[in-house]
Amino acid sequence: MRLLRPFVFFVIAALALVGAVHGARAATADTLGAEGARHLLTRTGFGATPSEIARYAPLTREDAVERILAATRTLPVLAPPAFATAGGPLPRPGPNASAEDRKTYVREQARDTLALRGWWIDEMLATPSPLTERMTLFWHNHFVSSQQKVRPARLMYAQNATFRRYAVGDFRALLHAAAKDPAMEVYLDTVQNRKGAPNENFAREVMELFTLGEGHYTEQDVKEAARAFTGWSIDRDTGAFVFRPRLHDDGSKTIFGQRGDFDGDAVLDLILARPDTARFVVQKLWLEFVSPQPDAQAVARIAGRFRASGYDIKVALRGLLLDPAFWAPADRGTLVKSPVELVVGTLHTLELAPPDGLPYALAAAGMGQNLFAPPNVKGWPGGDRWINATTLLARKQFLARLARAIPAPTAPMDAAPVASMTSMPATAAANDAVTTLQQRAARSVERALARIALDAGTWVAAQPGNDVPAKLAFAQNVLLPLAPVTGDVAEARAQRDPVLFVRAALLDPVYELK
Amino acid sequence: MNRRRFLRSGLGAIAARPASLVIGALGADMAWATPRAQPAYQRLLILVELKGGNDGFNTVVPYTDPAYYALRPKLAIPRDHVVQVTDRVGFHPALQSLQPLFDRGRLAVLLGVGYPAPNLSHFRSIEIWDTASSSDRYLADGWLARTFAQAATPSRFAADGVVIGSNDMGPLAGSGARALALANTDQFLQRAKLARSEPSTGNPALAHILKVESDVVRAATHLDTSRTLATDFPGTPFGNVVRTACHVAASPGGVACMRLTLNGFDTHGAQAGTQARLLRELAEGLIALQNGLTEIGRWDDTLVLTYAEFGRRPHENLSGGTDHGTASAHFALGGSVRGGVYGAMPDLSRLGSDGNVTHTLDFRSVYASVLDRWWGIESAPVLGGRYEPVDLVRS
Repeated sequence: MRLLRPFVFFVIAALALVGAVHGARAATADTLGAEGARHLLTRTGFGATPSEIARYAPLTREDAVERILAATRTLPVLAPPAFATAGGPLPRPGPNASAEDRKTYVREQARDTLALRGWWIDEMLATPSPLTERMTLFWHNHFVSSQQKVRPARLMYAQNATFRRYAVGDFRALLHAAAKDPAMEVYLDTVQNRKGAPNENFAREVMELFTLGEGHYTEQDVKEAARAFTGWSIDRDTGAFVFRPRLHDDGSKTIFGQRGDFDGDAVLDLILARPDTARFVVQKLWLEFVSPQPDAQAVARIAGRFRASGYDIKVALRGLLLDPAFWAPADRGTLVKSPVELVVGTLHTLELAPPDGLPYALAAAGMGQNLFAPPNVKGWPGGDRWINATTLLARKQFLARLARAIPAPTAPMDAAPVASMTSMPATAAANDAVTTLQQRAARSVERALARIALDAGTWVAAQPGNDVPAKLAFAQNVLLPLAPVTGDVAEARAQRDPVLFVRAALLDPVYELK
Repeated sequence: MNRRRFLRSGLGAIAARPASLVIGALGADMAWATPRAQPAYQRLLILVELKGGNDGFNTVVPYTDPAYYALRPKLAIPRDHVVQVTDRVGFHPALQSLQPLFDRGRLAVLLGVGYPAPNLSHFRSIEIWDTASSSDRYLADGWLARTFAQAATPSRFAADGVVIGSNDMGPLAGSGARALALANTDQFLQRAKLARSEPSTGNPALAHILKVESDVVRAATHLDTSRTLATDFPGTPFGNVVRTACHVAASPGGVACMRLTLNGFDTHGAQAGTQARLLRELAEGLIALQNGLTEIGRWDDTLVLTYAEFGRRPHENLSGGTDHGTASAHFALGGSVRGGVYGAMPDLSRLGSDGNVTHTLDFRSVYASVLDRWWGIESAPVLGGRYEPVDLVRS
């Protein structure tokens, strides 16, 4: 065996070379090839299956990007949970509700939000346009609201639907809609902002985090803008946006050096008129799709086109996806997968169709991304900050369990990492309920992972290629954006063992990247 | 080692210790020739972040100041509800359980802690606190990460520090520090078996992942959390954080610092109930921390400090809350703390044009106390300037 191994490695290397030559033939100067297709699809979606990669490999960059942009949607393919689209008054405890009633209310809304999380994961897996869901998630993490403050799950769904409607549409319309979104109005205290009693929360964050960026406005601008947003409220009967003229301060304001009796919409238009807004949004999109180091010149160029188009998000995305930096070999595998991308992308790539998305939403929560509950108004910081000791081990635990690299536990898994799921109880008394909820969540993740059947042999056998080594070479490109760090992947390929191979690839540090 | 570095660490070694001790132990020439600071990292630092910006004026209440009551017709704590600890200031009623600690001189109150030209953004302001920068300077690394880069922790340590209750590394952020985010020590040790130590190479994201993985392996090798604690920890989120902190503190392969986080202090509306609940959770957690550290014999070599991105505006808003403010009151506690009141209550009758107070104690003076007085590390190189330490540690 010891003598044989160098020989086996030689054969593998030779086959890899043949594969590379073959790939190079497929990837002519104008076409993506399997590697380019994998890169584009995983950067704009949730992983990529071998057949999707095969479909995109013969396309040019331009054709591939257009195909992805043309497939984007404004509506989900799956019906949301029934409560999400129910009309009528918002369920809410009255001013004289007992403590018990309030607790029940908080619990019911938390339960409905769990259903919403499961539905969104299902939608991410089912959609024919993963980019639509990636962008919906991007806006969720840009125009941040958290159910833990907002409470009614129905409002969180309505906000999610708004983000999807404009996901790859008109940023100007999106900004106006997000500002008037009832969940946002609750989250950033717009509903508390009245004439003579301004609350600056939304006025500050809309400039700092949603449009201009810190340093591109003054404290005076914040104070005056807060006055302009007074009177924006929510209709208690329908849960919809309503303008209350009596609460609106219609006096004169000075914002960005301009004087006028601006209202909220006028302030948003003043913000959109400033070049900082396009630059700020394009820079954030660059970090999401291209690399951790935005190229200031390219960002300025793409932002210019984005602004000139009247804020067509497709123009910004097209600019980013066709920028040479997006395709630069040095930028491959430089972005960390978000927990949702890791979980949904792994299921999608390995062609696993779980019966219920909820346990996977909870798994992502345990890795630090609890949908509908970002940690604060700045959202999940993302990038390298997805990875710390706790979250990296939660990611590895999930992947190891999925690949059956470790046996299922006899006792229920510890619930601690799901703590963020309900880390803001309404009252200290709610803590007991929270603990039970966390334990139930952790158990449901374990049960789901125990039930899901990953058949690595069948998955590898379905890859293109004439024999097992060729199939494994193709599969390595499907799973890993860079050469593996550990020797386990090469070892598994040498042994031609698909089960060991998938396991080694999923647990290699490079798998955390895209 | 370049000359500048040599001089800095050499000076550090001398400045950090009483001269007689240095000369007595090594001789002055030896100390100069061997630029080897021996920081007192057996002394533990625990930072407690009151995330969101706790309202300092309703935490440490200036209950004799008419301006306070004028600014807060609804939110002010009535004088007869205040836990009066001096003839000028008192605690929020939810902090009642901390009074005995103050009376015994093991709890210090730091008033008016802030910095010049304050920034009112949560994110920028916590970055200023975490990197110990001026408000017009941007620094990449946290102040504790810079500390450990200047003076390394012993190799037997499991890590430089751990953060518990947050995914943000805060003052430990930076390429250099060996820092871990921990949720639950038992689970950490169990899952750590999945980590492998590989040399850190490749692009920055990959290098980061490999470093975290190596830190996990190292920490798992050195952490021993088999000790059972008799202390009763509250069942709150912060109580769980404190429990984990005590288990780490009890481990022989220790850490030099921990950062614990309690969330939810951004009280723009309906502040009274929320802040009371959070302060009670804080006080109960701190008492449990004292009990846990006492049980494992580390209370006397632990310094606990609270901090936050900012305090809140003295004038209540009409939502029953308070908007982003500037300077705030903080606590220092521990078996070696010199109790009492430090700094001065900001003048509530002279607010700035934005309605906020001017700080009376620079937060970097508090950090200087940690570096100079607690660990014996020269603070100026870390803090980028000389800040007068607060005399809050018993010698």
